[in-house]
Amino acid sequence: MSLIDSISLPRSIRLPRVDGLIQWILPLAVIAIWQIACVTGFVPTRVLPAPSDVALAGWKLLLSGELVRNIWVSFWRASVGFLIGGSIGFAFGLANGLSQLSAKLTDTTLQMVRNVPHLALIPLVILWFGIDESAKLFLVALGVFFPIYLNTLHGIRTVDPQLIEMGRIYGMTDGELFRRVIFPGALPSIFVGIRFALGIMWLTLIVAETIAASSGLGYMAMQAREFMLIDVVVLSILIYALLGKLADSASRLLERATLAWHPAFQKR
Amino acid sequence: MQTALRTSLSETELASRSNFAPHARVVREERPVHTSGLPLSIRGLRKSFGDNEVLRGIDLHIPAGQFVAIVGKSGCGKSTLLRLIAGLEKIDAGSISFGQDIQPEDIRVMFQEPRLLPWARVLANVEVGLGRDRASKDAHARAEKALTEVGLADKRDQWPSLLSGGQKQRVALARALVSRPRVLAFDEPLGALDALTRISMQRLLERVWRDQGFTAILVTHDVSEAVALADRVLVIEDGRIAHDVVVNAGRPRQRGSAELAGLEGSILSHLLSADDRT
Ligand SMILES: Nc1ncnc2c1ncn2[C@@H]1O[C@H](COP(=O)(O)OP(=O)(O)OP(=O)(O)O)[C@@H](O)[C@H]1O
Ligand SMILES: [Mg+2]
Repeated sequence: MSLIDSISLPRSIRLPRVDGLIQWILPLAVIAIWQIACVTGFVPTRVLPAPSDVALAGWKLLLSGELVRNIWVSFWRASVGFLIGGSIGFAFGLANGLSQLSAKLTDTTLQMVRNVPHLALIPLVILWFGIDESAKLFLVALGVFFPIYLNTLHGIRTVDPQLIEMGRIYGMTDGELFRRVIFPGALPSIFVGIRFALGIMWLTLIVAETIAASSGLGYMAMQAREFMLIDVVVLSILIYALLGKLADSASRLLERATLAWHPAFQKR
Repeated sequence: MQTALRTSLSETELASRSNFAPHARVVREERPVHTSGLPLSIRGLRKSFGDNEVLRGIDLHIPAGQFVAIVGKSGCGKSTLLRLIAGLEKIDAGSISFGQDIQPEDIRVMFQEPRLLPWARVLANVEVGLGRDRASKDAHARAEKALTEVGLADKRDQWPSLLSGGQKQRVALARALVSRPRVLAFDEPLGALDALTRISMQRLLERVWRDQGFTAILVTHDVSEAVALADRVLVIEDGRIAHDVVVNAGRPRQRGSAELAGLEGSILSHLLSADDRT
């Protein structure tokens, strides 16, 4: 142990700081090259506005309050849709992972529904809900449901049966067995589902907002296209990328905190 | 050879029957003075999996506090017998009794795999062994004491994945010991360890058994381990106890002594001749 400690200490102090810088080198370099390309006229600003123009457009929208409002609307749709779809997926995953009866009853049906691409439902959803909030929430929830359902189910089914037997031998009640053995065992897989679902969440929302919405980032981008405001279009795309990255980082952070026991997350 | 074996077989069958007479003790050697162990009586025990009749009538009496080793070729039903004793499988026919009502905490099993919860630190893993006393106030103290017994007190806050194989198995032993069981069943607990770690774990097992006086039932495929640890070695063949060999050597056992080597040789020849016949 002392050997591992002595190796890991200096590294674990140095690594995160360097790491934190390293990952930003490439994006910053890209922005710099982009700026230079635009300023020198190598790329016409009709095709791609300079980063400085995008920043300016962002600043104006920020001042008018439009940017914050649209980001907030999109963020709200994403998180509420995620929570609804995620909780239902999680609940079905738990039920079907823990109960044979429940699995027999619903799993085949769910697997069939899974094979329908959820974005193919957009026309139907618009007919049902119009371009109401519920349309977007429905689509996001549906998109998020399956990765969470499938990975929760998989996680629970692959918990080491020897550990479950151990729990029973040591007199754990069903509740304890779930809390102390099954759920922690399924957690790594559940996190895989969450990361997948976050990707699908943004994708669904972008599509839904560009097709059927009167607010939100996707709507802002579509409006800007109508008026040929290419800087705002690029801005919306960048904000989507940033929000996606943020969501991913948040889930990684949560993963790191809850899976500290996992060999993959232990400091080496 | 054939006839000699047959006679020894019937002799041991007779011997194991006579063991059922109360207080008849086959083993007349020193045993832990204050035994907390439970005696164990098995009669006509049978177990099949589908068409596969694994145990075909096991009769066995184990006095309180005895250390019994069970050997036999792979697939002969050693683990099945152990799992039946620990109540992990259903009995088809026959009975197993401990001479009194027992609590779940009285019987503990240790497997070849440590079966530690990877997401619980070492101390929490040991506390699992307390069973229904997990929530009690002295849970921490008891778990720490058990960890100290196996020499791992300094690892209490470690994640299991950072322990060596031998250390994991010692944590599993602490978890099994923490409820002060009266019967401890081992299913090849040292099977996955290297030779050196095995020997130190064998010493540890012998020490805790002598300290605590539980009844120990050890399934092993290592005959030298069986004679080094046990008061008595049972050989299972064709679903029955074919040989019941008493090991009358003093404790702590001197590994590699001529006496143990001789016993080991004769048990091995039982096993091998059974193999030749099939
Ligand atoms: N749950 C089960 N279902 C069906 N068959 C089983 C089951 N458990 C054990 N068996 C069968 O019972 C027989 C005895 O198995 P057991 O595990 O008791 O052998 P063993 O003596 O412990 O062998 P080993 O030394 O290899 O561990 C084997 O033929 C095995 O295939
Ligand atoms: Mg076995």
